[in-house]
Amino acid sequence: MLSRIALFGGIYNNYLALEAALRDIKRRGVDAIYCLGDFGAFGPHPDRVFPLIWDYQVECIQGNYDQSLALGLSDCQCGYTDPRDNYFARISYEYTYEHTSPQNRQWLGTLPTHRRVQLGRYRVLLCHGSPRKINEFLWESTTSTAFLRWLCQTYDADVICATHTGIKWHRALGNANVVANTVSTENPAIHSCNEGQARPPDWHFVNVGVLGRPENDGTTRVWYTILEATPQLRVEFVPVEYDYQRLAREMREERLPEEFIATILSGWWTTCLEILPAKERKRGRF
Amino acid sequence: MLMPLIDDQTPVVHLAHLDHLWFQITGTLCNLTCRHCFISCSPHNNNFGFIPRDEVEKALVKSVSLGVKEYYYTGGEPFLHPDLVYLVCRTLELGPVTILTNATILRDDWLQRLARAEAESPYSLEFRVSLDGYDAITNDAVRGAGTFARTLRGLRRLIDHGFLPIVTVTHVDETLSAEQLYYRFVAMLQEQGYDRPRVKILPLLRLGAEVQRTRSYLPQERVTKEMLENFELDHLLCRHARVVTDRGVYVCPILLEAADARLGDDLTSSLSSFALRYQACYTCYLYGTICANTSSQQRDL
Repeated sequence: MLSRIALFGGIYNNYLALEAALRDIKRRGVDAIYCLGDFGAFGPHPDRVFPLIWDYQVECIQGNYDQSLALGLSDCQCGYTDPRDNYFARISYEYTYEHTSPQNRQWLGTLPTHRRVQLGRYRVLLCHGSPRKINEFLWESTTSTAFLRWLCQTYDADVICATHTGIKWHRALGNANVVANTVSTENPAIHSCNEGQARPPDWHFVNVGVLGRPENDGTTRVWYTILEATPQLRVEFVPVEYDYQRLAREMREERLPEEFIATILSGWWTTCLEILPAKERKRGRF
Repeated sequence: MLMPLIDDQTPVVHLAHLDHLWFQITGTLCNLTCRHCFISCSPHNNNFGFIPRDEVEKALVKSVSLGVKEYYYTGGEPFLHPDLVYLVCRTLELGPVTILTNATILRDDWLQRLARAEAESPYSLEFRVSLDGYDAITNDAVRGAGTFARTLRGLRRLIDHGFLPIVTVTHVDETLSAEQLYYRFVAMLQEQGYDRPRVKILPLLRLGAEVQRTRSYLPQERVTKEMLENFELDHLLCRHARVVTDRGVYVCPILLEAADARLGDDLTSSLSSFALRYQACYTCYLYGTICANTSSQQRDL
C-alpha cells in the first residue's frame, strides 16, 4: 500500500520545470509519481517531455490536450469561450500538434482517463478536470463543498485529485449527509449512492497544480503536490524553481507568442483570463 | 403562453445532476421594460412575483443535500427584492453566487455588505450586468431612455466596491458578428475606465417582447432527436439546472411561460426529465449553456 505520493499536472511542454520537479521529488522520496495530464501547450519542444516521464516512471492519465492530440482533433478542448482566449489556444495547440511525434501522440492515446490509488486508508481518485468530465473547470471559488461531497459519494472516493485549471487548492470536505439528486438512468455510477448512506468522515478535494506555467501569482514558481497518509491525509504544495529564463529564450526561438513568454517571466497570466471566476481573476494583474 | 411542438421528433433530456440552482427572485417584475426581454419583464408584469425569503431559505437547505454547485439570482431586477442582499450573503456561505442585474438601482450600502460577504466567503460573487448597446443610441433603443448612462454608473459603482462585473450583451445588433460586438464592448468599457472588462455575448431568444421587435422562431429552428445524436448534452441548461419561482420549480429561466416547464412544487419533485418541445431550446442547442457566466459560441452545423 502507498503512503506517500507526488502528483502534478499541466506540464504544457515545460520540460525544464518537469525535470526540476522530478529531481526534487526523487530527493524527497515518494512511493509513486503521478501526472494528471496535459503534457502539451504554451511551451517549446513537446517531445522533450516524454523521455523524462518514462525515465522517472511517472504514472500518467490523459488530459484534454492529450486526448485531442491522440485523436487528431482540431482543437485542445480546453473549454475557453471568448475569442481572444481561443485565438491563443489555437496557436498553442497547432504548435504542439506539429511538434509532437506521431509515436508520442499515439502513446498519449493509450493513457487512461482516471486512476484509482489506495493511499493509507484513503481511496484516491485521480482525474484531469473532474471525475465526470475531462475538461471541467473546478475552481476553488466556484465549486461548492456540497458539490464536492456529491462527487466523492458518487464516485466512491475519499480524495479526488485533479488539475486542469492551473491553480492549486485543497479543501477538506468534512461531514454532511449528501444524497443523490438525480433520476437519470444514464449513469449507473450515480445509482450507487443512496439516501442516508454511511460514508467515511474524511473527504478531500485537491487540485495538484501545474508545472507548465506560474499560477497567476506574480512569481515564476510552479507547483506540484505531495500527498501523505500519516495516517491522516497531509497535503503539501511544493514550489519548484527552474530555469525560466532559458524556457523563455527557447519559446522566443520557436516564435511562440510574446504573451506566453510574458507569463513565464512575470508570473501573471496574460491569456486564458476570461474563464477565471471573479476571485481568481482579482488575484491576478490582468 | 408558449406553444409546444407536438410530434414524435421531440427529444427528452434527463437531469444529470443539479449543478446550477436559479432563483427567479423577483419573478417578472423589473424597473425597466426592455424591448427584447424573453419573458417580457416590466414594472407591471406580475405573472411571476417575488419569492418569499423563507421559501428561498428552504430551497437553500435542500440544495446542500442535493450537492448543488452554484447559485444564480435573476428576475426581473433582483435588487427590487427587499431581502436580496440578505439572501445573497446567506447563499455565499454555501456556494458561489451570480446576480443578473441591470445595475440601475444599486446602493452603496448594499454593495458594501455584499463585498464584505464575498471577502469572508471562499466563493465568488459575480455580477452580470445587462447592457445591449455600446453607446446610448444603440442601447437605449432596446433598454429604454437613459439606461446606458445609468448602467455605466452602476458598473462604476460595482468596480469601486472591488467587483469585476461581467457585462452581458444580448446580440441585438445583428449587423455585427459576435466577435466584432465583443471587441467593440471591450474597447468601450476600457474607454470608460474599466481596465479589466469582462464581456459575455448572449444570443437572442426569440420569445416574449423580442417577437414584437424582430420575429419568432422559424419552423426549422427546433431541436429533434436526430440533432442530439453525438451531441454533448451538457451544453443544455436543463441537463444540470432548475429554477425556483414563486409558482413552483421550472426547468430553466427561459421557459417560464411554457406550461409544462413547471416540473413541481419544490426541488425534490422537480428532478424529472424534460422534453424539448419549445423552439427556444434551439438557441440553447446552438450556442450551449447560454445562461453560464462565460460567453457562448455558436456551434458549427
